[in-house]
Parts: sequence; C-alpha cells; structure tokens
Amino acid sequence: MRLKLIPESTSFDFFKRWKLWLGISAVMIIVGFASFALQGLNYGIDFRGGTTIRTESTTAIDVGAYRDALQPLELGDVSISEVFDPTFEEDQHVAMVRIQAQDDGEAISGEQIEEINRALDTVAPGIKFVSVESVGPKVSGELVQTAVIAVALAIGAVLIYIWLRFEWQFALGAVAALVHDVVLTIGVFSELQIKFDLAIIAALLTIVGYSLNDTVVVFDRVRENLRRYKKKPLAEVLNISINETLSRTMMTSVTTLLALVSLYVLGGDVIRGFVFAMIWGVIIGTYSSIFVASTILLWLGVKRDWTKPTNTTGNQFANIDA
Amino acid sequence: MLQIDLWKRVLIWLVCVTGLLLALPNAFYTRVEQANDAAAEITLRGETPERLEVAGQWPSFLPSNLVNLGLDLRGGAHLLAEVKVEDVYAARMDALWPEVRDALRPERAEVGTFRRQPAPEGQIRLKISNPDGMTRALEVVRGLANPITSLTGAGASDITVSGAGDILTIELSEAEKLASDDRTVRQALEIVRRRIDEVGTREPTIQRQGTDRILIQVPGIGSASELKAIIGTTAQLTFNPVVGRGSDADANPGVGNKVIPSLDESGIYYTVEAAPVVTGEELVDAQPSFDQNGRPAVSFRFNTTGARKFGDYTAENIGSPFAIVLDEEVVSAPVIQAHIAGGSGIITGNFTIEESTNMAILLRAGALPAGLEFLEERTIGPELGQDSIDAGKVATVVAFVGVLVFMALSYGLFGVFANIALILNIGLIFGALSLIGATLTLPGIAGIVLTVGMAVDANVLIFERIREELKAGRGPARAIDEGYSKALSAILDANITTFITAVILFAMGSGPVRGFAITLGLGIMTSVFTAIFVTRVIIVMWFERRRPKTIEV
Repeated sequence: MRLKLIPESTSFDFFKRWKLWLGISAVMIIVGFASFALQGLNYGIDFRGGTTIRTESTTAIDVGAYRDALQPLELGDVSISEVFDPTFEEDQHVAMVRIQAQDDGEAISGEQIEEINRALDTVAPGIKFVSVESVGPKVSGELVQTAVIAVALAIGAVLIYIWLRFEWQFALGAVAALVHDVVLTIGVFSELQIKFDLAIIAALLTIVGYSLNDTVVVFDRVRENLRRYKKKPLAEVLNISINETLSRTMMTSVTTLLALVSLYVLGGDVIRGFVFAMIWGVIIGTYSSIFVASTILLWLGVKRDWTKPTNTTGNQFANIDA
Repeated sequence: MLQIDLWKRVLIWLVCVTGLLLALPNAFYTRVEQANDAAAEITLRGETPERLEVAGQWPSFLPSNLVNLGLDLRGGAHLLAEVKVEDVYAARMDALWPEVRDALRPERAEVGTFRRQPAPEGQIRLKISNPDGMTRALEVVRGLANPITSLTGAGASDITVSGAGDILTIELSEAEKLASDDRTVRQALEIVRRRIDEVGTREPTIQRQGTDRILIQVPGIGSASELKAIIGTTAQLTFNPVVGRGSDADANPGVGNKVIPSLDESGIYYTVEAAPVVTGEELVDAQPSFDQNGRPAVSFRFNTTGARKFGDYTAENIGSPFAIVLDEEVVSAPVIQAHIAGGSGIITGNFTIEESTNMAILLRAGALPAGLEFLEERTIGPELGQDSIDAGKVATVVAFVGVLVFMALSYGLFGVFANIALILNIGLIFGALSLIGATLTLPGIAGIVLTVGMAVDANVLIFERIREELKAGRGPARAIDEGYSKALSAILDANITTFITAVILFAMGSGPVRGFAITLGLGIMTSVFTAIFVTRVIIVMWFERRRPKTIEV
C-alpha cells in the first residue's frame, strides 16, 4: 500500500475562484506593505551597523538587571532579549544584547567590550560572551546595497532564462510569482518583527529558486499540453497541467518541509530565523506557482499555434529538451 | 530501450566511488585533522616518533582533504579592516619638504624668500616673496619629480606642482596616489600575514578586498580584540654577526650567542651573536632592485647613526657573513663583500623578483605603513560553534531519515532506489566540498538539509511521470524509459534556475552566505547526477535481473 498525499488523479478547477486567491494575495501584500511602512523591518546589525553580543551564563537572566548594569556605560540604544531553545541545557541561559552603532564608521572597540563584560559580570557572575559581532555603519550601508542588487539580479536572470526557454508570457507569470513571494516574505518579517539580516537575503534567494522550480515544472507541463491539446481553451489546459503535476508538487513540498521543519526544531536558535524564512517561502512558493503564476499566464494568454516555424522566434532554446 | 552502455555504467559507479572516497576523511574528522597537522609538521620541522605516529593515524593512500569548517562552526575571529591609505600621502610630503627646501635655496635671487604655508594633509604649500620667479620655482620643484614605476602609471611623474599667484602647491599626482595606495595595501597585507603566521594558527584567511580593505579570518582565536593586538605588534628587524650555520636546533650556541632558524631553508639554523649590529629602527627605506649582474636584489638605506655603525662593522668584517634577522628568523645571511659606507647597501641572493619585492616589504615592515580602521569584527566562541555543529548534525540526520521513510512509503521499491541515490548524493556533496577545499558554514548545513529535501524532487518528477505512462497503458520498460526522457526537460529547467540563484549568491555574498551558496550549488549538481544517472542505472540493473511483467511505482 502506497502513501498517497492526494488521490490518484484529480480534476480541481484552480481558476474557478481565482478572484478569491488573487484577493487573498493582494490583501496579504497590502498588509505586508502597511507593516513595512509603519514599523519597518527589524534589521540586524548587518544592515544598520551596531553590535550584538551573545551571552551565556549559569544564572537565570534578569533583563532589567542587565539593562541597569549597562546604563552607566552610555552606549545609546541597547536592547536585551533572552533566547530560549530546546537544545539548551538546564543551566544554560542565553541572552542577546544589541547595541546601536557608535558614532564613527568603525566597529566597536575591544575596550568597550571589556567594559560591557565587566558590567554584566556584576549581575551575572561568570557570564561568557560566546559571540560578539560588530559591524560599522560604513559597511552595513554597502551590505544593504549588495543584498538588493543580489535579489534584483537573481530575478532578472531568471526572467531572461525563462524567456529564452518558454515565451515571454511564461516569464512574466513566473516573475510575478517570484516578486509575490519575496514581498510576502519580507512582509512577514516585518509583521512579526523577526530579525532581518544577511542570512535572510540568502533565504530570500533560495525561495526565489524554489518557487521558480515549482513554477517551471508546472509551465513545462503546460507547454507540453499546449502541443497536445491544440483545441482546448487555455484555462482547461492549465487546469489539466496543474492537476497532472499536483502529486509531484505536493511530494516535493512535503519532503522539503520535512527537512526544513526538522532543522527549525532541532537546528538551534542561531539559524532559526533563516529556516523560518525558507519554510514560509516553500509554502508561499508552492501556492504562488499555482495561483499566481498560472493565473497571470491565463490573463496574458499564449500563442497557441506551435506548428508554424515563425512562432518559435525568440524561443530557439525551447527544443533542447530530450 | 532501457539499455545503458557498459562504459557509462562503469563511469557512473566510478564517480560515485570516487566521491565517497573523497568524503570518507570527514567521517573521521578529528583523527584525519591530527594526522594532517602532524604530516605538515614533519615537512616543516622534521620527523619525530610522536609526529610519525600521529601522522600514521590515517593511511596515506587514502584521500586526506577535509571540509574546512567556517568560523561560525569552528569559532574564531573575523575582521574587516580598511587601510587608511591617505596616511602615506602626508608622510611622503613631509619627506619631500627638505628636498624642496634645499632645491629652492640656491634660487633665492630669482624666487625670493619662501615659506611653507598651512595646507591640507598630503600637500605642501609655499608662499614665495617674488611672484615673478614662479616659473623658475615651478621648474626647480618639478625637477624633483620621479617617474612612476608602476605598470599603469608608466611615464607619469609622481608629483604635481602648480602655481597660482605667489602660492606654489605640491602634491602627489593621481597616478602616484593610485600606485601608492596599491603599495600601501599590499604592504599592510604582507605585514598582517606575517603577524598572524607567527602566532601559528590553522588556516587563517587573509585577503585583500576591493581596493583598500583587508579581510582577516582566524579560526580558533579567542576574540577579535586579541587578533587586533596581534596585528598591532611591530616586526623586529636586526642585523647580527653570524657565528655558525648548521642543522641542529639544539646546538649549544655559546655565551652571548643564540640559535635561530632560517626563514626559507627548512632545517637550517644559524648561530648568531645576540647583540645586533644595527636594528630595523635605524632603517629608513628598502626597495626591490637589481644587482650588477641584473639579478633581483633588495637595496636598503640606514639613517645616519645606523649608517655609521653599519659602515664601521662592514669595514672590519669583510669576507664574513652577517644575518638579516626578522622576528627571530634569518631572512638571509650574505657575506660582506666590501666596506659599506654611506648607510645604503644591497642584499643579494638567489631571489626571484617576487621574493625580492616581498623581502623589501618585510624589511620596511617594522610597522604598518598606514593606520587600520576596523569596519567589521565578529568573534564566535568555540562552544557556540560546537553547539551549532551538534544541532546541525541532529537536524540533518532527522531530516534525512524523515525523507527516506517518506520516499519508501510513497514509492515502494522505487522509493528505496531513490533513497540509495540520496545517500550517495550526500556523500558526493561532502566529497566535492573536500575536493575543492570549500568551507562549510552553518547556513551551509542548512543548504545540505535543503538539498536533502529538494534532491528527491528530480526522482519524484521521474516517478510521477512513470506512473502516468503506466496509466496510459505502456509496458514497464517503455514506461520507465519514457518517464526518464519526458521528465528531463522539467528537471533541467528547474535545477538550472535554482543554480542561477546559487551562482548569484556566491558572487554577491560573503562568509556564511557564500558557504550556503556553495553547498546549494554543489547539491544541485550532485542531485541531478544521482537522480538522473544513478537511479537509472540501479533501476535498469534491477530490471535486467527481474524482468518484471508489471511494475508498481
């Protein structure tokens, strides 16, 4: 007996409620934008400069006491939060101390770290700094720039690739789904105020890759079915294609999520934000390749007559498949 | 149909076996690491029984390349420093001033009196009392310019001199500034490298980034502050008389002498007098140059006191060697050919141009040529790194087992075939990482876990396709064949697009993010290989043996 995620063959109509789906997406995007406008992103030090110190002590953490101990040092904006994780041992108490960038372009000085260490040692004897990361404002500005360029480049490269392999309508549909995924992911990071740092950019790009993976598989099938069913309306061909690939879509999403969830639960708190972004992205990416990319393809329409050689212009790479 | 040429089969299995062999050392990480370290010690410092024993922990016929662990896993410090190249401009101008003064003095009749005016750093401004003599003044000062030696600025002169009214301005030319920046950063890089090598940590990364930045990553060091302290210390350069030369590190040097190793000849030790003749503090300059025979050499110059001491010593010791000692290592021990008066000399030896350039840099390396500004620093404690490794291991194993079980439940025997491919895939990723000496970071582990999840995608595509073909009434062999060929275009498109993003990540990212891009990119390549070729070979072999009338996927 085989494990089946979905029935042997399905014939859902994915476009019957397309207004509802696009509506949901639109609402989520608006909420994301609103949150971004109102409270922005909780940028990590990579992007706004400053210092984070990860402390570890055997005594329980009193955030107020930590704050009071650091008060006399006049470090400016200091935020302290306790970190909880199932992988910690009983007497392992971890806190993250974040300090705003000090005035000049440089990272924090060693003496300041020493001072902070001494100050915290008075409230939590034997406290250890297991990691100290400090980024000067000069570099963080550049990192933002690089990150934005990276995401834009990735989307641009993909647009070109799909354009070469399919038709421009496919490329637009795929890219719309990608932008949708990226916007929603940034949105959720703003809504939940999860720390947004360089690793999240990596996660964003992976989401781009994954979502695309899904979209391309569906589109590949659409292309094939367009050749097979020359007379059927586009909506029907799209529906057939999505239904045919649905089993694969679910299988891949589930195996990927299986892996990611185990990393989320067991992988420790250092990469939890990163893994969260990916889990979110896999779910959103799967959704968007069906409900966003395909719907847009339906809107834009596709040239149907594949027999005439003139129609394959701009599509000369479409025949390299086996 | 359903046939694979023998040579293809052999090749596919050969790739798998090679990959697994390359991955093998990582399963015995500590042991192989110790063995490698011991082997390195042996080539550097000679054999001892203990070292041989440790080196023997890992058989030498097996591959011994390991995956490097990134700072976030091993613990250590990371610094990004900017070299303040402008520091050098000011020093150059200050050095030029006496020359300008001496050159203009004889011209007073025409130029009148002149006085240095306050000016921004890196400029000399002169006010001359007789503006009509400006043309002459410019001519004289321009006569002090030197042609630029760098490749890009060839033909240009190193200073620009301009006059406006009664003010004469001298500054470094743009071309010279570029050349000077490059020299300064290279020199700083060389000094930083030396400082860190002295501490002898494992695999430090010291790279130039952009035009004026230096990236320093040192695993296993306590904190970034410690690293900064190491970089800040200055080199000790001394010139000592040589007493003897041998290969015994523990030789009895005699009173007032000491035994120090040679810098580039391993196993050679010099006995030198402990009291130096001259020290590096008295050195004002060292430049790469050539000797009379056109061989690369290094010329150097002492200040007045150094010149006198050096002159006296060389006059008395013609024919005997003296050692140029840098940080307790003998850089070279030339024989004094003649009395060296005037405080400048030349070091000859069997140098290449590169070596002479480096040595000149080292000789000037008393202190950093310009200040360093630390833009970014990260310290990761080894405990945190170990915690991350442990958590990553557990997560990977759980993810792996979850996917294996899921695949077997979903596709039965074919799922098991895919699982074999998946296991091979992980082996191949580690093999490839070890082979290219890539660095594994925490996001890199996430990349592997993601690959585990996504690697089955290609097989899922194929299996689903086989199912469809079976449903369409094709026979088993035909269905398998069609399944593979029809799924291929989707697999390639999907993986190429993901690969594009991995490449962009690699190009744009740094550190941990780059580590993620590497595992993701390699994972895509290996998973396509295992999904398309390995499972196919397995299925074909199974099919040939069983010849099933019907198959269930």
